[in-house]
Amino acid sequence: MLGAMTSAVTIRGLRVRRGRVQVFDGLDLDIAAGRLTGLIGPSGCGKTTLIRSIVGLQIVQGGDVTVLGRPAGAPELRHRVTYSAQNDGLYRDLSVRDNVAYFAQIAGLPGSEVDRVIAAVGLAGQAKQRADSVSGGQFRRISLAIALLGRPDLILLDEPTVGLDPVLRADLWDMFARLARDGVTLIVSSHVMDEASRCDDLVLLREGQLVAATTPAGLLAETGLADADQAFLELIHRAEGVQP
Amino acid sequence: MTTPQFAATAARVLKQLRNDRRTIALLVVMPSVLIGLFAWLFNSGQMFQRVGPVVLALFPFLMMFLVTSITTLRERTSGTLERLMTTPMTKSGIILGYATAFALFAVVQSLIAVLFAVYVCDLTLAGSMAALLVFAVADALLGTAMGLFLSAFARTEFQAIQFFPLFIVPQIILGGVFMPIDQMPRVLEILARCFPFTYGIEGVANIAAGLGGWDVWRPFLVVVAFVVGFIVLGSLTLPRRTR
Ligand SMILES: Nc1ncnc2c1ncn2[C@@H]1O[C@H](COP(=O)(O)OP(=O)(O)O)[C@@H](O)[C@H]1O
Ligand SMILES: [Mg+2]
Repeated sequence: MLGAMTSAVTIRGLRVRRGRVQVFDGLDLDIAAGRLTGLIGPSGCGKTTLIRSIVGLQIVQGGDVTVLGRPAGAPELRHRVTYSAQNDGLYRDLSVRDNVAYFAQIAGLPGSEVDRVIAAVGLAGQAKQRADSVSGGQFRRISLAIALLGRPDLILLDEPTVGLDPVLRADLWDMFARLARDGVTLIVSSHVMDEASRCDDLVLLREGQLVAATTPAGLLAETGLADADQAFLELIHRAEGVQP
Repeated sequence: MTTPQFAATAARVLKQLRNDRRTIALLVVMPSVLIGLFAWLFNSGQMFQRVGPVVLALFPFLMMFLVTSITTLRERTSGTLERLMTTPMTKSGIILGYATAFALFAVVQSLIAVLFAVYVCDLTLAGSMAALLVFAVADALLGTAMGLFLSAFARTEFQAIQFFPLFIVPQIILGGVFMPIDQMPRVLEILARCFPFTYGIEGVANIAAGLGGWDVWRPFLVVVAFVVGFIVLGSLTLPRRTR
């Protein structure tokens, strides 16, 4: 069903080696535009490597990664694609606003855009606080605010909800859903299977292999199970069953 | 009106420094304290007149090397550099931003140190104070450029600090302060003439001694050439894609 929609990201034959690990050995994947796609799999399965490949930070050994019709990492994409890494990527010794304002200036965006994104993530009250003095959840949202700068077409978020309390996680997923409804393509990784139900589309990975590219409903329908966690395990068992 | 990337980066680096009061105090006050110590030790005599100008060259170079090494290493390890690489930020924006911030800082630092040396410690300055300041800022930029480049080879702040005895101390020992370069053993003389900071010291010493013209321009141009060289090398250590 993904083929029927326009793809924001097209990956063909992607091969990536990191250190001694062959993370991907010929990965093919399409990610639909204007949807919230969850990149889900256990720790070490290659989520970060895949996101880095899409944003153009990863040295790859082969294959094509096309993002919004351009090769991944092309200079003209840097205004349209934003990325928030798993570990912060913030200036801890600067205020919340100074952090956001710096990345806005780099992109040539006005001060009003800084205020907009800070308000959008609910940090207006903390704007003057130093980044290292806010709570863990607020700290994550600074990163998110920067990813919202300039209304990008594609936002890549690597485990944005890890370590946050359930209420905060729910808030963030609501926000991702709102963005997708406004036409933004979001690729959000998580190693927590229960976040799968919050996504429009799912990409399930295991040890660099694509286990399934589906939807939350499709996952349950295909396995006949009611629980996403169990459905994922079932798919892995099936995959191992056919390839001894 | 949008802010140029290098100006935004310089402002950001200076804001980070401003938020670290202790480091600012150290950078601004330390050179004067040590110059005062030398003046006291040598009772502002002959030896101080020799060492004083060198200390004026040393501090901008040394401190900017350390500060740049640590801040750029932090930029690499905290993931901010990686984030910058996904934005429209240019490499020249990053490097010129750092150079501008630390040059501005070096002006303040050197101005205070020179005024203190001349008016409090009675350092006789035969040449122009303005020329001395310009040279001190060039030395600071040399430290910044070397720090930008070398920090790429450190994984931790501890490793970055180790570059100090490895790359900086030999340049001070062989810089011509302890023994004139042409009296050194041949091998050390050659080594000394290859070191960038030798020219950083030579220029400042010549200005203090009242020499002018080529005696100042030659070491100045050598320092500038090294700054440009290290900045070019430094930009090669900022790849957009990594493993
Ligand atoms: N810098 C690196 N050097 C060597 N191996 C790495 C590096 N980063 C990741 N790997 C390896 O690549 C694989 C995929 O890692 P990663 O993409 O970070 O997974 P995930 O984000 O799903 O946890 C893992 O086996 C990991 O050990
Ligand atoms: Mg990861």
